[in-house]
Amino acid sequence: MAAYLLSRLASLAVTLVVASLVIFIVIEVVPGDPAAFMLGLNAAPDTVAALRAQLGLDAPAPARYVAWVTGLLSGDFGISYTYRVPVADLIGDRLWVSLPLTLYALALSCLIAFPVGILAAARRGGPADAAVMGATQIGIAVPNFWFAMLLVLAFAVGLRWFSAGGFPGWEDGFWPAVKALTLPAIALALPQASILARVMRSSLIDTLHEDFMRTARAKGLTRWQALRRHALRNALIPVLTIIGLQFSFLLAGAIIIENVFFLPGLGRLAFQGIVQRDLIVVKSVVMLLVFAVITVTFLVDLAYAAADPRLRRRSGR
Amino acid sequence: MTGISRIGVLRNGSAALALCLAAPSMALAAETEITVGMTLEPPNLDPTAAAAAAIDEVVYANIFEGLTRIGPDGSVLPGLAESWEISDDGLTYVFTLHEGVTFHDGSAMDSEDVKFSIERALAEDSTNAQKALFAAIASVEATAPTTVTITLSAPTGSFLFNMGWGDAVIVAPETAADNATNPVGTGPFKFSNRIEGDSVEIVRNPDYWGEPVALEKATFKFISDPNAAMAAMLAGDVDAFPNFPAPESLPQFEANPEFTVVVGSTEGETILSTNNKQPPFDQLEVRRAMAHAIDRQAIVDGAMFGYGTPIGSHFAPHHPAYVDLTGEYPYDPDLARQMLADAGYPDGFTTTLKLPPPPYARRGGEIVAAQLREVGIEVEISNLEWTQWLEEVFGGKDFGLSIVSHTEPMDIGIYARDDYYFQYDDPEFDAIIEELDVTADESARADLLGRAQRKIAEDSVNGFLFQLAKTGVWNSKLQGLWANSPVQANDLTGVYWEE
Repeated sequence: MAAYLLSRLASLAVTLVVASLVIFIVIEVVPGDPAAFMLGLNAAPDTVAALRAQLGLDAPAPARYVAWVTGLLSGDFGISYTYRVPVADLIGDRLWVSLPLTLYALALSCLIAFPVGILAAARRGGPADAAVMGATQIGIAVPNFWFAMLLVLAFAVGLRWFSAGGFPGWEDGFWPAVKALTLPAIALALPQASILARVMRSSLIDTLHEDFMRTARAKGLTRWQALRRHALRNALIPVLTIIGLQFSFLLAGAIIIENVFFLPGLGRLAFQGIVQRDLIVVKSVVMLLVFAVITVTFLVDLAYAAADPRLRRRSGR
Repeated sequence: MTGISRIGVLRNGSAALALCLAAPSMALAAETEITVGMTLEPPNLDPTAAAAAAIDEVVYANIFEGLTRIGPDGSVLPGLAESWEISDDGLTYVFTLHEGVTFHDGSAMDSEDVKFSIERALAEDSTNAQKALFAAIASVEATAPTTVTITLSAPTGSFLFNMGWGDAVIVAPETAADNATNPVGTGPFKFSNRIEGDSVEIVRNPDYWGEPVALEKATFKFISDPNAAMAAMLAGDVDAFPNFPAPESLPQFEANPEFTVVVGSTEGETILSTNNKQPPFDQLEVRRAMAHAIDRQAIVDGAMFGYGTPIGSHFAPHHPAYVDLTGEYPYDPDLARQMLADAGYPDGFTTTLKLPPPPYARRGGEIVAAQLREVGIEVEISNLEWTQWLEEVFGGKDFGLSIVSHTEPMDIGIYARDDYYFQYDDPEFDAIIEELDVTADESARADLLGRAQRKIAEDSVNGFLFQLAKTGVWNSKLQGLWANSPVQANDLTGVYWEE
């Protein structure tokens, strides 16, 4: 187990170093000058030069890379060019929206997908299965921004149960914030739940055909007992993989939903950063997302090992 | 439904009973709060260090004030200076400041602060985006605590107007460096809170030197998506959208008595920028042929859903000195083809059309391209981000055509800047602007402005398309919002809820 952990950690570190280099180089070659963007059409060239100097954009590239990485290591992400506040604070504030939203959506997704997927697998070929397959097909096909707009029209414009968007911040209390995240979380969860339910169903059906299932039934377990004790655990590996992928996707990929609900999340921060050439923000957000994805993959690997003892033993050898 | 009870629901969602009991008093309190929607988020809140219009739309006249201010009709009104005297040669301005003005941090505002603010904008390392506004200033003297004497190197007819820009507001030396994140001004509102990516909140300044404002609190909410803006208005999350981003849905608001739709004018001359030094656009005949090839009303109807006024030169139609030149080049594709043939392009030519992101450019660009294709000009459209546009078109002058709205007020003077991106270089026009700069008499100025408009129309420097409209939507009970935007601002000083 220790060797398994160590090898995983080492590859994690290497990935991070390579990612930081790639991100820095890619952002170096992106055309566009943040100073010129900020000063607009009437600014004189020497004013732009003065601002470039003030922002520290005139240092050579290797020096800036070293400054950036050492800054990252000590938790100092630099100062945003446009907002003029520390990038760490900006990202921190956005994480308090994006992370809860992601977890909320993921929880909803699992809550829907697990029972639905299990039900469909257990009643394979029956009307319940057909209904689940049909509903999840629609769930995958419906674009989530369109579904989000429907939610807004129904629950914000029509019924006025929720506001149409925006985020009050956690300072105003837990429930108002959760309420503000509810419609976006539902919009995000629907397609994810549909995918997850289908994976759950097919993975479970595969294990139901295994020999050990027949053995379990032969030993006298009922269908449900065998499914719960033996099939479910074996079917969990692909489901965990999907959940890990979905977490990373939701954390950064919620940008369209963030736009529909004008939520100040990470995705919009990255997008605005790119548009305004606030490259210091873009670099750090992308780096953070890489870190999150790698960490989640690592945790999913650990979860595999927890779900399947054979994995632990195999890599321990 | 007013904005108030909804705020109540959000803040006190846990206790329905308490909400019901509290509702009446909240309803009263709500009449002094407003939520204003804006499409673009201000990057920071210092109007003296960046060009973004969104900064002025939050802070101008609300948080920061200058010596003068621009009124809703574009006129110059007294600001922090209650009066001024101009010497006969037009070189010396003596401003008398209001007494008892304090900054939001409690410190007094006096002539030293004015001197500091102007010298800061003029300094070598200044990052003021409109440094040219101050170019004529030779010296600033704080002659007495409430007297400032500004000496110009040459008479400047627009000086008082220039001092009314958001880039010329008065700041304090102690707080100037932090204005980007914690703006400290002299205005009737003071900064209260900002959630980056979401909103900026300002509250009434109880110690304001002038007439206190009716509103107690104003929240600017940033909603970039047009559909989200629409939903936010309909759901009552936002009380006013002074620049509503989806003109196609305005009829829906017009039909609803809960909302007022006001179509006003902006300072944005939307032009088909033409690279005057790049062949074949260096030939006057070609530029004139293009002017005949363009149907402005079709562009306004197609790209802007009918909102916008066709223009014939680079000048705002609502300005007193405006000359209607829209008839100079009537839409006539046959004539345009003929003129192109006469200029040596019987089969037309191919050029680039580089478009920045705003809808007026992207949608207008498609229509302009189709119209030019009619007369044989093949246009390759490329859609650029603003930063790319600034680098390639504005800085690098690597373009044939582009579409941009020039939103600075009274900016016909850019045609006298020979190195400006469309590269119009004409000594006669330069002379008109030079004379304009040293003329203070209103009728003489109007005459010169008329000549300037005619000159660039004659030379068909750019394709003059239309004046950008300001399409505002707000709650019918709101009064005092500006219909037009002579400066890019949401001046909330006169806004109140009607009951």
